Amino acid sequence: MMRKTIEGSFAVAEVVRDCVPDLVACFPITPSTHIAEELDRMYTDGQIKSYTAVESEFSAISMLVGGSAAGGRVFTTTDAQGLFLMHEVLFAASGMRLPMVIVNANRAVSAPLNIWNDQQDSISERDAGWIQIYCKNNQEAVDAVPQAFKISEDTLLPVMVCMDGFYLTHIVEQIDVPQKELIMKYLPAKRNAQYKLDTQNPISMGMYAMPKDYQGFRDDLHLDILKAKENVKKEMEAWGAVSGRRYGNGLWEEINAEDADILFVAMGSIIENAELAVDKMRAKGKKVGIVRIRCYRPFPAEVAKAFVGKKKIVVFEKALGFGASPPLYTDVSNAVREAGLKTKVYSIAGGLGGKDVTVEHIMEMLARVKKEKEPFQIVWGD
Amino acid sequence: MNASNSTNPELENKELFKSGHTACAGCGVSVGLRHILRAAGPDTIVVNATGCVEIFTSAYPRSAWSVPYIHCLFENTAPVAAGVVETLRAQGNDHTKVIVIAGDGASYDIGFGHLSGMLERGHDALYISYDNEAYMNTGVQRSGATPWKANTTTSQVGSVFKGKMQYKKPLTEIVAAHSIPYAATSTSAHYIDLQNKVKKALSIKGPKFLNVLMTCVPGWGTEPSLSMQYLKDAVDTHVWPVYEIENGFLKMNLKPEKKPVETYLKGQKRFKHLTPEDIAQIQKMVDEKWDSLLWKEKCDQERLAALKK
Repeated sequence: MMRKTIEGSFAVAEVVRDCVPDLVACFPITPSTHIAEELDRMYTDGQIKSYTAVESEFSAISMLVGGSAAGGRVFTTTDAQGLFLMHEVLFAASGMRLPMVIVNANRAVSAPLNIWNDQQDSISERDAGWIQIYCKNNQEAVDAVPQAFKISEDTLLPVMVCMDGFYLTHIVEQIDVPQKELIMKYLPAKRNAQYKLDTQNPISMGMYAMPKDYQGFRDDLHLDILKAKENVKKEMEAWGAVSGRRYGNGLWEEINAEDADILFVAMGSIIENAELAVDKMRAKGKKVGIVRIRCYRPFPAEVAKAFVGKKKIVVFEKALGFGASPPLYTDVSNAVREAGLKTKVYSIAGGLGGKDVTVEHIMEMLARVKKEKEPFQIVWGD
Repeated sequence: MNASNSTNPELENKELFKSGHTACAGCGVSVGLRHILRAAGPDTIVVNATGCVEIFTSAYPRSAWSVPYIHCLFENTAPVAAGVVETLRAQGNDHTKVIVIAGDGASYDIGFGHLSGMLERGHDALYISYDNEAYMNTGVQRSGATPWKANTTTSQVGSVFKGKMQYKKPLTEIVAAHSIPYAATSTSAHYIDLQNKVKKALSIKGPKFLNVLMTCVPGWGTEPSLSMQYLKDAVDTHVWPVYEIENGFLKMNLKPEKKPVETYLKGQKRFKHLTPEDIAQIQKMVDEKWDSLLWKEKCDQERLAALKK
């Protein structure tokens, strides 16, 4: 145990360093910048093998493509506009089956310009073929990074660890930062790449595919991402055995859910507020609980098991699905429908661009869902 | 053009760019690639931009490359190469060479900023721009490398405008202005010069750049059998000066006795609408450029000699 008082970003940088990356390439963008700055400081002190301060996020992720193709363990951090500038390369990286890890410090996207937290950035990249993990606190963020490298290298799929900008990245709190010795009990010290750019064994990577082959590659990618649910679960167990910390089954986490009538479903740091709200309401005898989606892609439709016998679910999310229903609500509703459940699903989007969502707000949301018979879709606070 | 045409079995064994690819007859680029890889040798990784080369060499499941090859996107060869080389070096591999092969669309235009970033940061890679002076892979659209007045599908010859109204971007000079150790020009027809430059560039640590003029038969509207002749004419008319800038000092590698620009322009469909006035204007621009290069060479070489004393 190495509990210490540390900012979330710095703690993440320490864990990235202790996962022994071959290549780190970053471009500064608030609120991920502290992670990048700290990794650069570590490089200048000889603590990591390579760090490149590139001229754009597009080049950062492109360097990761080259580094991963060369067999390296590679890392970058970004958010919002930076993640969007990477958009084209995100699809290429997953399509080329190149393992890599991004920590995305979730932030609102332009326009209007806004540097504060929501999750529209990574949620908008949900179809890029990446595994996406959403952390509820900084302890989980540092625990998720070694798991991300392991899952990525085992599945040949890129992994995005999402931590809410400012709410997590800039919070100084007591956490147990996994030390290198512990990480090395879990993660191989070096990536063991089966396919790589090697002049002793030349292969061609990133070839183009005609219509007869293309769809097969994309379908394989889809099926392998679905299969990766097993890796996410397995690594939660394996990391739990080493660190003593587990977050649900890796795919989702149930909190006070078993005997609840109404469930609050969400992702990320809002869960800690929801936990406080649920505690307060339970003290007054209200049967409310939480199901937290931890792994958003692949989406665990099996989460519907946690909804059996529930009257109502309210899905809260920090993103909109412009011109359609919000994205997380859509996935949860689909899971409910596929499982043949009659549970009513309510949708609340909010907290966009750093708009406060307090413990009291969540209590109000749950009270309103309890009161209203028919499901609604609203944006909270506007 | 393919390995089986070689009469020297020893050379044939060294052929790292294989025959059987799907380039057009008379493609100036495939010839260049063969010489580039011969000079580079087997301990080389190729990073290739989307474009003709990618399409005619890497249709799954066939590859013309017997060295490790990676294609990712149109505009990101420079950072992909940077990622490859930084990872190799971090893993203790200090010998494998990394070469970018990217067309003029990738180099002059869409990947220009990323190329600049790679040069400024000093990654140990050789960036080779194969310049056939338009976006040929998508059907001959103008690029920053397309010369003045050339007819392309996005710089057409109409009743008001006749061909590209802007001038060719001076990419080699812009690249050299990054103070990199080595920047040079060549063509795929001047293969001894090209091979020597690849070898020289790869012997130098840090970012290196070659800008190599290569014919495009459908794009230029030329006879396949004349692909090498047009490149020779480009150099002999001084339209494409062959030089190198080593540590900032410019040296002209070829100083052929000047032929009129018409020798090069004639027979190319992209230039067939040129008026005598246009040709005179091109001649004037070519002469001025050549003259300025000679002055720069004189100045640089005298300064170099003075420094060596």
